[in-house]
Amino acid sequence: MKNKNFDNSFIVEALPAFISEAQEQVVMLEQLLLKIEETPHDKELLGALFRCAHTVKGSAGIFGLDAIVAFTHHVETLLDHLREGDIIFTPPLGTLLLECNDQIRALIDVAQEPNAEATDASEIRAALVERLKSASAISTDKPVTSPTPDDASAEEPTPELLLSWKISADFSLDTFRNGMDPLAILSYLRGLGEVSHLTCKTIDLPTLDILDPENCHLGFDLTLETTAPLSEIEDAFSFVRDDCLISIQSVSAPTVDFSTRIDAISTDPKLGDILITVGAISPAELRGALELQSNDPREKSLPIGEILSATSGVSPKLIDAALQKQKIFRETPASIPEPSTLRVSVEKVDQLINLVGELVITQAMLAQTSAEVEPAVYQRMAAGLADLDRNTRDLQQAVMSIRMIPMSMVFSRFPRMLRDLAARLGKKMEFITRGEATELDKGLVEKIIDPLTHLVRNSCDHGIELPAERLVAGKPETGTLILSASHQGGSIVIEVSDDGRGLSRKKLLSKAQERGVDASESMTDTDVWNLIFSPGFSTAAEVTDVSGRGVGMDVVKKNIAALGGTVEIDSREGAGMTVRVRLPLTLAIMDSMSVGVGAECYILPLSSVVESFLLTEDKLKTLGGGGRVVQVRDEFLQVIELEKIFHVPRDTENLSRSIMVVVESDGTRMGLMVDELLGQQQVVVKNLESNYRKVQHISGATIMGDGRVALILDVGSLARGPLH
Amino acid sequence: MENEISATSPQEVRATTNLSQQETREFLAFKLGSEEYGIDILKVQEIRGYEKPTRMANVPEFIKGVVNLRGIIVPIIDMRIKFNMTTVEYNEFTVVIILNVSGRVLGMVVDGVSDVTTLTPDQIRNAPDFAENIDTSYVIGLGTLDERMLILMDIERLMSGSEMGLSEKSQIH
Repeated sequence: MKNKNFDNSFIVEALPAFISEAQEQVVMLEQLLLKIEETPHDKELLGALFRCAHTVKGSAGIFGLDAIVAFTHHVETLLDHLREGDIIFTPPLGTLLLECNDQIRALIDVAQEPNAEATDASEIRAALVERLKSASAISTDKPVTSPTPDDASAEEPTPELLLSWKISADFSLDTFRNGMDPLAILSYLRGLGEVSHLTCKTIDLPTLDILDPENCHLGFDLTLETTAPLSEIEDAFSFVRDDCLISIQSVSAPTVDFSTRIDAISTDPKLGDILITVGAISPAELRGALELQSNDPREKSLPIGEILSATSGVSPKLIDAALQKQKIFRETPASIPEPSTLRVSVEKVDQLINLVGELVITQAMLAQTSAEVEPAVYQRMAAGLADLDRNTRDLQQAVMSIRMIPMSMVFSRFPRMLRDLAARLGKKMEFITRGEATELDKGLVEKIIDPLTHLVRNSCDHGIELPAERLVAGKPETGTLILSASHQGGSIVIEVSDDGRGLSRKKLLSKAQERGVDASESMTDTDVWNLIFSPGFSTAAEVTDVSGRGVGMDVVKKNIAALGGTVEIDSREGAGMTVRVRLPLTLAIMDSMSVGVGAECYILPLSSVVESFLLTEDKLKTLGGGGRVVQVRDEFLQVIELEKIFHVPRDTENLSRSIMVVVESDGTRMGLMVDELLGQQQVVVKNLESNYRKVQHISGATIMGDGRVALILDVGSLARGPLH
Repeated sequence: MENEISATSPQEVRATTNLSQQETREFLAFKLGSEEYGIDILKVQEIRGYEKPTRMANVPEFIKGVVNLRGIIVPIIDMRIKFNMTTVEYNEFTVVIILNVSGRVLGMVVDGVSDVTTLTPDQIRNAPDFAENIDTSYVIGLGTLDERMLILMDIERLMSGSEMGLSEKSQIH
């Protein structure tokens, strides 16, 4: 496997692909390890585990990454024993394997950036290897069935009758998996005497694209001249007897193995023709069988193969082989499996997005100018333009979706972390994720991971109590931590909630006073909860290495604010708390409703729109202080006049402001007064901050079909204080 | 965001010629009312006709709004309003100079663009404290060219200064 003489440019070119593949394998290993803790006897999982490790080791070998190969080899050995059932999977083994997996990941990182090895973890690895070895060693006491009999050839050959044996063996699919090796049997037979006419039967071998290298598709035919008795020849197969079809015949009764001949056929034939071609049946026999098939009503349902096997004594295995061959012929051209993913660099995607953006604008411009040309010419252009319009939009949507990745990419890292944490803290918890399919821009995903990790850790460390405490508090022993993501009000909301002890108002206030933070009893709950975002604030009774150093929440808040997001806390002492991270959509596509105010157009996130209705004067009520409310069924909602908030100029006095759009944000409903509803569409959210700065009550902007910019309303900020 | 790269490459060519001619600098000359200004050509991305931007509420008066520049949202600043010019009108000569300063793309409304002028150091004089409306620290000097006088501005400093409030960090709360 190791090949250091490889053309270096190949290594350089292919290394990134190896790194990213290996990283995927490591992630999969981790997920499998976590899964297997729940079902330790799942053979399939164990097999998959082994394959992952094997893949990493194998491809690392190609690149001459000896450190990875050497280390992964030990992991692979242990996994092999687990998969064979020689060792039973136990939680400590799981922990060991997870730690090893971390080291593999570290090694891959080093391979990626050879100069970046800051910490030398070779000692850790050496210790792990020792543990792996001792774990694997348990099994060596138990006899691992070895296909090679000891010293068989050393036995003194008895100068007896030299006999010829015709041996035919077909191995089952599981032969390799059961630790057997046909080659070892061959070498044993060689020890018995002279092997000749050796052919390998490849009839069952599938085409390369569907070949599972762990399946055994082989068999062999050979002639053995030996003085050994039949029993001794049979001994060669003693370990594989269950896995193998063997025939050992004296050469005096020759049998032709037709299956090798079937192998040689290369056109799409009928079953009968195959058998005739190889000489297993005569044409007459086939005709007889076909006649039987068509005449005899009882036999009518029988396939020709079965009739043949009944009338002409063709063995079922041979018919199977022929059928298999037939199948390969018929299937091969049709089913070429397609690769399911393609790796593309982000820059390329971004370039694509920009180009499509320009295309959309050009298309809109074209549509606009086309309206000005002669009607006759326009008629001819119209259909083409409509197609162009639709195709451009589809293209834009498709391109945009490339950059979006599901939240599951973020969520998937937490089960492992929580498992380790819970184990270290002696807590029991269940981890639930929701809305994993919620899509988020890739850039945002990368930046949200750290703050989110911190929040999840906090919940686990400070929130969820020890099992005993929970029982005392009348809660189930196992705590629940829920991580959810959703699109809400034009933002992405990620919630980390637990059913732990929640925040203590009293503790927070006293801590605040102790720290000299401005705090008083009269503060609202929300304000008290927000105290934990002050720098250097931690209420954990003692500092653990998990959290509690008080460098956390303020950094979390800062990082999220840097992304243009907000953090909110809901808490009930004794019942748990929820931290809600609200992120703006930077590149996200949003379903929206556009409304007209005066001559201007504003965009509302469709998800925040509840309903809209024609406003009649009698539904409007005035409150003291100039505020107005509107009655919607039995509810009074605050009225927000967009015209006033945005100082929309109005040319003519008699324009009606007659439509009320009810929107909701954070559970608060309000009525927006607008002139007209313009339509619903998907818009691409662009932020104003990249070239300007945040503007009050505006969450972003989008480009409309005519190329003009429309502003997206920040419903949340309107709800918090429209006149503020 | 990345598509300015193509626009900067010819400027890079100019930048190298600049070096070879030592100290000679090229300025884009534009008019605000009757005054003529000059800014470093390397900060200029392109020049466009004026189109009505999308108005934003609760922003300073000189921010006319935002426009779509090939998929990028670009704020439009009317320098005439910023400099308290008496006449501010939008006609066919009104142009927008798209600037690339401090990694941001901005549009600057002016009364017209004259030409690109090459100035040698001896053509640039120090500016006296002359203007009430402009902080003179943004003025590099006065360029003289035959009968013309250009007020040479350090547009990057002006646009990223707190006075303009164009970015979050320069905004005064």
